[in-house]
Amino acid sequence: MAEIAIKKKRPKNLDIPTIRMPLPSVLSILHRISGAVLFLLLPCLLWLFQQSLASPEAYAAAKAVTSNVLVKIVLLGLLWLYMHHFCAGIRYLLLDLHKGVDLQPARFSSKVVFAVSIALTLIVGAKVLL
Amino acid sequence: MINRIVVGAGYGLKDWIVQRATALIMAVYTLILLVALGAMGPGGYEAWRAIFANGFMQFMTFLFFVSLFWHVWIGVRDIWMDYAKPDGLRLVLMIATAAALVGYAGWAAKILWRL
Repeated sequence: MAEIAIKKKRPKNLDIPTIRMPLPSVLSILHRISGAVLFLLLPCLLWLFQQSLASPEAYAAAKAVTSNVLVKIVLLGLLWLYMHHFCAGIRYLLLDLHKGVDLQPARFSSKVVFAVSIALTLIVGAKVLL
Repeated sequence: MINRIVVGAGYGLKDWIVQRATALIMAVYTLILLVALGAMGPGGYEAWRAIFANGFMQFMTFLFFVSLFWHVWIGVRDIWMDYAKPDGLRLVLMIATAAALVGYAGWAAKILWRL
Protein backbone atom coordinates (compact mmCIF):
# COMPACT_ATOMS: atom_id res chain seq x y z
CA MET A 1 0.00 0.00 0.00
CA ALA A 2 1.41 3.36 -0.98
CA GLU A 3 -0.45 5.29 1.71
CA ILE A 4 1.38 3.78 4.68
CA ALA A 5 2.75 6.53 6.91
CA ILE A 6 5.70 5.60 9.10
CA LYS A 7 6.02 7.99 12.01
CA LYS A 8 9.74 7.79 12.63
CA LYS A 9 12.41 8.09 9.95
CA ARG A 10 14.53 4.99 10.35
CA PRO A 11 18.13 4.63 9.17
CA LYS A 12 18.43 2.79 5.88
CA ASN A 13 21.45 0.95 4.48
CA LEU A 14 20.98 -0.75 1.13
CA ASP A 15 24.69 -1.03 0.26
CA ILE A 16 24.61 -4.81 -0.21
CA PRO A 17 28.37 -5.61 0.23
CA THR A 18 28.50 -3.86 3.60
CA ILE A 19 25.45 -5.64 5.03
CA ARG A 20 26.46 -8.34 7.49
CA MET A 21 23.93 -11.16 7.27
CA PRO A 22 23.44 -13.28 10.39
CA LEU A 23 22.33 -16.88 9.78
CA PRO A 24 18.57 -16.24 10.24
CA SER A 25 18.81 -13.60 7.51
CA VAL A 26 20.64 -15.99 5.16
CA LEU A 27 17.89 -18.51 5.92
CA SER A 28 15.25 -15.93 5.09
CA ILE A 29 16.60 -14.87 1.69
CA LEU A 30 17.29 -18.51 0.81
CA HIS A 31 13.64 -19.25 1.64
CA ARG A 32 12.60 -16.75 -1.03
CA ILE A 33 15.26 -17.79 -3.56
CA SER A 34 14.47 -21.50 -3.12
CA GLY A 35 10.76 -20.83 -3.63
CA ALA A 36 11.42 -18.80 -6.77
CA VAL A 37 13.82 -21.36 -8.30
CA LEU A 38 11.49 -24.27 -7.56
CA PHE A 39 8.64 -22.31 -9.17
CA LEU A 40 10.70 -21.62 -12.31
CA LEU A 41 11.67 -25.29 -12.65
CA LEU A 42 8.17 -26.66 -11.98
CA PRO A 43 7.64 -27.64 -15.65
CA CYS A 44 10.82 -29.75 -15.60
CA LEU A 45 9.86 -31.41 -12.33
CA LEU A 46 6.28 -32.10 -13.49
CA TRP A 47 7.65 -33.56 -16.72
CA LEU A 48 10.02 -35.83 -14.79
CA PHE A 49 7.17 -36.92 -12.48
CA GLN A 50 4.95 -37.65 -15.50
CA GLN A 51 7.64 -39.69 -17.25
CA SER A 52 8.51 -41.65 -14.12
CA LEU A 53 4.90 -42.84 -13.76
CA ALA A 54 3.69 -43.11 -17.38
CA SER A 55 5.09 -46.55 -18.31
CA PRO A 56 8.11 -48.80 -17.65
CA GLU A 57 9.66 -47.48 -20.89
CA ALA A 58 9.12 -43.82 -19.97
CA TYR A 59 10.48 -44.59 -16.49
CA ALA A 60 13.62 -46.07 -18.06
CA ALA A 61 13.96 -43.04 -20.33
CA ALA A 62 13.60 -40.67 -17.35
CA LYS A 63 16.13 -42.78 -15.46
CA ALA A 64 18.55 -42.39 -18.38
CA VAL A 65 18.14 -38.58 -18.25
CA THR A 66 18.79 -38.51 -14.50
CA SER A 67 21.81 -40.80 -14.78
CA ASN A 68 23.71 -37.84 -16.25
CA VAL A 69 26.02 -36.45 -13.55
CA LEU A 70 25.12 -32.82 -14.29
CA VAL A 71 21.38 -33.61 -14.06
CA LYS A 72 22.03 -35.44 -10.79
CA ILE A 73 23.82 -32.39 -9.37
CA VAL A 74 20.97 -30.09 -10.44
CA LEU A 75 18.36 -32.45 -8.93
CA LEU A 76 20.36 -32.72 -5.70
CA GLY A 77 20.48 -28.91 -5.61
CA LEU A 78 16.71 -28.70 -6.15
CA LEU A 79 16.20 -31.32 -3.44
CA TRP A 80 18.23 -29.17 -1.06
CA LEU A 81 16.22 -26.06 -2.01
CA TYR A 82 12.99 -28.00 -1.33
CA MET A 83 14.27 -29.32 2.01
CA HIS A 84 15.49 -25.85 2.99
CA HIS A 85 12.12 -24.31 2.09
CA PHE A 86 10.38 -27.13 4.02
CA CYS A 87 12.49 -26.82 7.21
CA ALA A 88 12.63 -23.01 7.15
CA GLY A 89 8.86 -22.98 6.58
CA ILE A 90 8.27 -25.11 9.69
CA ARG A 91 10.48 -22.66 11.62
CA TYR A 92 8.32 -19.78 10.37
CA LEU A 93 5.13 -21.61 11.39
CA LEU A 94 6.60 -21.99 14.90
CA LEU A 95 7.57 -18.31 14.93
CA ASP A 96 3.95 -17.51 14.00
CA LEU A 97 2.96 -19.42 17.16
CA HIS A 98 5.47 -17.24 19.09
CA LYS A 99 7.81 -20.20 19.63
CA GLY A 100 11.49 -19.25 19.57
CA VAL A 101 11.09 -15.55 18.78
CA ASP A 102 13.89 -14.39 21.12
CA LEU A 103 17.30 -13.72 19.59
CA GLN A 104 19.19 -16.73 20.91
CA PRO A 105 16.52 -19.39 20.18
CA ALA A 106 15.95 -17.84 16.74
CA ARG A 107 19.67 -18.06 15.91
CA PHE A 108 19.83 -21.62 17.23
CA SER A 109 16.76 -22.75 15.25
CA SER A 110 18.24 -21.32 12.05
CA LYS A 111 21.30 -23.54 12.60
CA VAL A 112 18.97 -26.50 13.12
CA VAL A 113 17.20 -25.69 9.83
CA PHE A 114 20.48 -25.77 7.89
CA ALA A 115 21.67 -28.98 9.58
CA VAL A 116 18.37 -30.87 9.17
CA SER A 117 17.76 -29.75 5.59
CA ILE A 118 21.26 -30.75 4.48
CA ALA A 119 20.97 -34.12 6.28
CA LEU A 120 17.56 -34.80 4.67
CA THR A 121 18.95 -33.82 1.26
CA LEU A 122 21.81 -36.32 1.58
CA ILE A 123 19.57 -39.14 2.88
CA VAL A 124 16.82 -38.70 0.24
CA GLY A 125 19.39 -37.99 -2.47
CA ALA A 126 21.19 -41.25 -1.69
CA LYS A 127 17.85 -43.10 -1.86
CA VAL A 128 16.49 -41.70 -5.13
CA LEU A 129 19.55 -40.53 -7.09
CA LEU A 130 22.14 -43.27 -6.50
CA MET B 1 2.79 1.51 14.46
CA ILE B 2 1.67 2.33 10.97
CA ASN B 3 -1.47 4.19 10.00
CA ARG B 4 -3.45 2.40 7.34
CA ILE B 5 -5.77 4.37 5.11
CA VAL B 6 -8.84 2.28 4.41
CA VAL B 7 -8.99 1.71 0.66
CA GLY B 8 -10.87 -1.54 0.17
CA ALA B 9 -11.84 -4.91 1.56
CA GLY B 10 -8.63 -6.88 1.06
CA TYR B 11 -5.95 -6.77 3.73
CA GLY B 12 -4.24 -10.04 2.89
CA LEU B 13 -5.46 -12.00 5.92
CA LYS B 14 -7.03 -14.70 3.73
CA ASP B 15 -3.79 -15.08 1.76
CA TRP B 16 -1.79 -15.14 4.98
CA ILE B 17 -3.91 -17.99 6.30
CA VAL B 18 -3.98 -19.87 2.97
CA GLN B 19 -0.17 -19.65 2.76
CA ARG B 20 0.13 -21.34 6.15
CA ALA B 21 -2.67 -23.89 5.67
CA THR B 22 -1.25 -25.04 2.34
CA ALA B 23 2.24 -25.14 3.91
CA LEU B 24 0.94 -27.43 6.64
CA ILE B 25 -0.73 -29.76 4.11
CA MET B 26 2.49 -29.94 2.06
CA ALA B 27 4.62 -30.51 5.17
CA VAL B 28 2.42 -33.47 6.21
CA TYR B 29 2.53 -34.84 2.66
CA THR B 30 6.33 -34.47 2.59
CA LEU B 31 6.60 -36.55 5.78
CA ILE B 32 4.26 -39.22 4.33
CA LEU B 33 6.33 -39.34 1.14
CA LEU B 34 9.60 -39.56 3.10
CA VAL B 35 8.23 -42.59 4.99
CA ALA B 36 6.97 -44.17 1.74
CA LEU B 37 10.39 -43.61 0.09
CA GLY B 38 12.13 -45.11 3.11
CA ALA B 39 9.91 -48.20 2.89
CA MET B 40 10.24 -48.49 -0.90
CA GLY B 41 11.91 -51.71 -2.01
CA PRO B 42 14.42 -51.93 -4.87
CA GLY B 43 11.71 -52.67 -7.45
CA GLY B 44 12.40 -49.87 -9.97
CA TYR B 45 9.29 -48.71 -11.84
CA GLU B 46 6.79 -51.02 -10.12
CA ALA B 47 7.91 -50.03 -6.60
CA TRP B 48 7.89 -46.33 -7.54
CA ARG B 49 4.45 -46.52 -9.18
CA ALA B 50 3.04 -48.48 -6.22
CA ILE B 51 3.67 -45.47 -3.95
CA PHE B 52 1.23 -43.31 -5.95
CA ALA B 53 -1.15 -45.86 -7.49
CA ASN B 54 -3.44 -46.34 -4.46
CA GLY B 55 -6.51 -44.21 -3.71
CA PHE B 56 -5.12 -42.64 -0.54
CA MET B 57 -1.89 -41.45 -2.13
CA GLN B 58 -3.69 -40.27 -5.28
CA PHE B 59 -5.95 -38.14 -3.08
CA MET B 60 -3.02 -36.88 -0.98
CA THR B 61 -0.81 -36.21 -4.00
CA PHE B 62 -3.55 -34.25 -5.75
CA LEU B 63 -4.17 -32.31 -2.52
CA PHE B 64 -0.42 -31.64 -2.37
CA PHE B 65 -0.37 -30.29 -5.93
CA VAL B 66 -3.38 -28.01 -5.39
CA SER B 67 -1.80 -26.75 -2.15
CA LEU B 68 1.53 -26.28 -3.92
CA PHE B 69 0.08 -24.20 -6.77
CA TRP B 70 -2.01 -22.04 -4.45
CA HIS B 71 1.02 -21.56 -2.14
CA VAL B 72 3.20 -20.71 -5.14
CA TRP B 73 0.64 -18.16 -6.33
CA ILE B 74 0.82 -16.23 -3.05
CA GLY B 75 4.61 -16.49 -2.76
CA VAL B 76 5.43 -15.54 -6.34
CA ARG B 77 2.83 -12.75 -6.30
CA ASP B 78 4.63 -11.36 -3.22
CA ILE B 79 7.92 -11.46 -5.13
CA TRP B 80 6.41 -9.56 -8.09
CA MET B 81 4.91 -7.01 -5.69
CA ASP B 82 8.33 -6.51 -4.05
CA TYR B 83 10.49 -6.23 -7.17
CA ALA B 84 8.32 -5.53 -10.24
CA LYS B 85 7.42 -1.89 -9.68
CA PRO B 86 5.88 -0.72 -13.00
CA ASP B 87 2.16 -1.58 -12.82
CA GLY B 88 1.98 -2.93 -16.37
CA LEU B 89 4.95 -5.25 -15.91
CA ARG B 90 3.61 -6.45 -12.58
CA LEU B 91 0.20 -7.17 -14.09
CA VAL B 92 1.74 -9.13 -16.99
CA LEU B 93 3.93 -11.18 -14.62
CA MET B 94 0.99 -11.93 -12.31
CA ILE B 95 -1.26 -13.01 -15.18
CA ALA B 96 1.52 -15.20 -16.64
CA THR B 97 2.12 -16.77 -13.21
CA ALA B 98 -1.57 -17.47 -12.61
CA ALA B 99 -2.01 -18.89 -16.12
CA ALA B 100 1.00 -21.19 -15.72
CA LEU B 101 -0.22 -22.45 -12.33
CA VAL B 102 -3.74 -23.20 -13.60
CA GLY B 103 -2.16 -25.12 -16.48
CA TYR B 104 0.13 -27.03 -14.10
CA ALA B 105 -2.91 -28.01 -12.00
CA GLY B 106 -4.55 -29.56 -15.06
CA TRP B 107 -1.30 -31.28 -15.97
CA ALA B 108 -0.90 -32.72 -12.44
CA ALA B 109 -4.48 -34.03 -12.53
CA LYS B 110 -3.77 -35.74 -15.86
CA ILE B 111 -0.63 -37.42 -14.50
CA LEU B 112 -2.46 -38.78 -11.45
CA TRP B 113 -5.70 -39.79 -13.20
CA ARG B 114 -3.82 -42.09 -15.55
CA LEU B 115 -2.39 -44.19 -12.73
